[in-house]
Amino acid sequence: MTMTDAATSANTVLGKRRLRKEDPALLTGEAKYTNDLNIPGALHLAVLRSPYAHARILSVDVSAALAMPGVVAAYSGADLVPLWAGPMPCAWPVTADMKNPAHSPLAVAKAAYVGDGVACVLATSDAAARDALEAIDVAYEPLPAVVDLEDALSDRVVIHDELGTNKSYTWDLKCEGAEGQVDRAFAEAAYTVSEHYVHQRLIPMAMEPRAVAAVPQPFGGDITLYSSTQVPHILKVMTAITLGIPEHQLRVVAPTVGGGFGAKLNVYAEELLCTALARKHKVPVRWNEERTENTQATIHGRAQRQHIELAADADGKLTAVRVRLLADMGAYLQLVTPGIPILGAFLYAGVYDLPVAYDFSCTSVFTTLTPTDAYRGAGRPEATYAIERAMDALASKIGIDPLELRKRNFIRKEQFPYLAFSGLTYDSGDHELAADKACELADYTGLRARQQAQNVEGATKRLGIGISSYFEMCGLAPSRVLASLNYSAGGWEAATVRVLPTNKIQVVTGTAPHGQGHETAWSMIVAEKMGVDPDDVDVLHSDTAIAPLGLDTYGSRSLPVGGVAVAMACDKVIDKAKKIAAHQLEANEDDLEFVAGSFSVKGSPDKAMPLAAIAFEAFTAHNLPDGLEPNLEAQVTYDPPNFSWPFGTHICVVEVDTETGDVEVLTYVAVDDCGNQVNPLIVDGQVHGGVVQGLAQALYEEAVFDEDGQPKATNLAEYLVPAASDVPSITLGHTITPSPTNPLGVKGIGEAGTIGAAPAVINAIVDALSGLGVTDMPMPASPQTVWKTIQSAQGAMK
Amino acid sequence: MQIRVTVNGTVHDSDVEPRTLLVHYVREVLGLTGTNIGCDTSSCGACSLHLNGEAVKSCTVLAVQADGAEITTIEGMAAADGTMHPMQQAFMENHALQCGYCTPGMVMAATSLLKENPNPSEEEVRIGLEGNLCRCTGYHNIVQAVLAAAGGE
Repeated sequence: MTMTDAATSANTVLGKRRLRKEDPALLTGEAKYTNDLNIPGALHLAVLRSPYAHARILSVDVSAALAMPGVVAAYSGADLVPLWAGPMPCAWPVTADMKNPAHSPLAVAKAAYVGDGVACVLATSDAAARDALEAIDVAYEPLPAVVDLEDALSDRVVIHDELGTNKSYTWDLKCEGAEGQVDRAFAEAAYTVSEHYVHQRLIPMAMEPRAVAAVPQPFGGDITLYSSTQVPHILKVMTAITLGIPEHQLRVVAPTVGGGFGAKLNVYAEELLCTALARKHKVPVRWNEERTENTQATIHGRAQRQHIELAADADGKLTAVRVRLLADMGAYLQLVTPGIPILGAFLYAGVYDLPVAYDFSCTSVFTTLTPTDAYRGAGRPEATYAIERAMDALASKIGIDPLELRKRNFIRKEQFPYLAFSGLTYDSGDHELAADKACELADYTGLRARQQAQNVEGATKRLGIGISSYFEMCGLAPSRVLASLNYSAGGWEAATVRVLPTNKIQVVTGTAPHGQGHETAWSMIVAEKMGVDPDDVDVLHSDTAIAPLGLDTYGSRSLPVGGVAVAMACDKVIDKAKKIAAHQLEANEDDLEFVAGSFSVKGSPDKAMPLAAIAFEAFTAHNLPDGLEPNLEAQVTYDPPNFSWPFGTHICVVEVDTETGDVEVLTYVAVDDCGNQVNPLIVDGQVHGGVVQGLAQALYEEAVFDEDGQPKATNLAEYLVPAASDVPSITLGHTITPSPTNPLGVKGIGEAGTIGAAPAVINAIVDALSGLGVTDMPMPASPQTVWKTIQSAQGAMK
Repeated sequence: MQIRVTVNGTVHDSDVEPRTLLVHYVREVLGLTGTNIGCDTSSCGACSLHLNGEAVKSCTVLAVQADGAEITTIEGMAAADGTMHPMQQAFMENHALQCGYCTPGMVMAATSLLKENPNPSEEEVRIGLEGNLCRCTGYHNIVQAVLAAAGGE
């Protein structure tokens, strides 16, 4: 196979800022989201949800609901048990002894969180279905809620009777040769820090709530499931298994999807309910999620308590890292719930050189709250937060600038590829370069001088500078590594490139974009490879009838796995086209070169054949080499040999008003390195959005529950997704360190912003207040929290 | 109840239930699904459209209140020949959208903002759009797009 290295060739398309081909449909209202689909005769599903965080279901009486106008059917959880061939799927049993409670699309014996579905209605309109929910009579025996993680671990109240405990698993990272080294390093350390951090629960809050429609063909037996999902392929397999549907009769389509952020990387009860009930009733069944439901019945993210300890020698060089996590699974294990803390397990030493002494253990518990699962970054923002906050604590203890401490510990450029303590290889990086660039853009030296002048004794407006350097383990993922982590699927991605008779190109991808612009980006890859205009390339995706092979979009995998598969499929097509060109030009294949969409004989440029002519020859098949199949098409399934390792440094500058607790972000600089960029326009957009989500965790957002497990953030008036007026402009910089792992030299960028941002913001706030005795700041750093933290630090100093 | 509204230049006579929200009317009765629904508390602005030339959140208006009104939805913003409105064009050129779900409401709010204040500062744009939430872009490019559209008008 021929591979042209995009990094070294003179690109005409790749790396250019190209406007998105997705935009006209989205900007004019032409794009159809799931809830926009016109489905004649569809019944509307509505789900009755438990008002209790923990309650035994004594009885469910749907008879009054059945008498309501427009109601076609109403069911309790027990009524639907015969429809389920298997439990709600969890695809990541991280340990052999992991506890996984029974989980049904509708609860049968017990409701385990506020929002857990207990009954449902089918009616001729959405309003009729929702109205009828109020007529369902459920008798509950309320049980005590379990909200606090330590309380959960104590088993004071056991949530799932059949498990006998609230502990799901303990997972340890065993590093070869580390045994004894960690204790010794701590015993011999010149400096140690021991820090406790809380990652509050977050609600992903994609702007499009979830929506589902299942359309059966009762006589043929086929069924089409439309869903606002990131994972149509995974959803197809899991739905087939859970409902016992022959997989070849199930088609899953993700129409235009309005954001996901990990929350649509799942298999949800409503997808199974719509599909099962559409088959049972032999009519289409649809459901759309209201925002209040979304805050309860769609997964939450983060929700971890961290204890991180660092040991360092007299120069501040890290000698050991020890981490203990307590992670909140919520009430049940959703698709990849148990794996989320594990995705961060390898990154608690961040971007720093730590040969061996790493000790990580995570214990995960059930609570009576909404299940947690993947939310943008998924485990890696948590890890980065812990190490980057702890590095600031260590710098403070040693009495050196946090930038200086980082520089002393960065894995140096010449150490790559770097075999880490975990056995993983970091393929490339230049952390010092990214940090230097960020410092230059932020004027770090000038800022420190300004800070010294501003933060004098008695100053009430205090300047703070926060740094965060990150590594993102993404591009999920080498299938064999996933196997070693007990993940139930692989990490490959598929692509087909098909040259049509008129030299237009169809690309079929297994990725499932929901805002990332794959149609534009994949077109650019093909255009560069094949010498065609990106507008002559059509990218087909997110429909398992059109793109039957794929593993979808999450974990910043689409470009470094799916995009690379597209590039490799182009190479395969070019190989085949070359055979045809050689045959028709009566030349030796080895004497041909492919430049700007045309094959020519090296040294005789007039002896040439453009791809357009070859495409038509391949179609007519009148004059092909003996044994060569007609048509010009190739499929590639690519399993990446390594993760992708984007990195960068973010610097946040804040001014904190000590009298009101208000935090104003003055400057935010993000320098990210995602290797070669396909479309810098899209890269910048991903970083902007990611940074603001991380900043929102630091300053605004929390899924608050009271002690009874009642959610206090149940809509967008109560859950503080920032508005334009709440966030700053962002200054971006990039360095480019191509990945040696794949032929495009690319790395993921979808999660980087979110991973880098929260610690940069909190480090800045703590830095601003360090003169007042403040050493930590809980998230979200609301004015009230900041003010209280200042007061308590001041009280402690007196 | 009987209402007569002009939507994107076309007159519609409809019989609606008194409780029907304007957003449900344009989506379900007229089939104009470009206007999106993102919340149930009038917080997100995804359903913004123009009612007599001014941006409103169409989940806060009953269809019957729109009787006699001129309404423009996102489907009515481009010219008849398909040329996008300058604000739509500015959003495209500045990559001010990703998933696109907030985008129709954002475009309607932004055009209304510029009608009131043709030359806003960055801060005025940010405050002017605070009723419209976006989860993808971090607002940076949306603000740039609105400033660009203002400069171009």
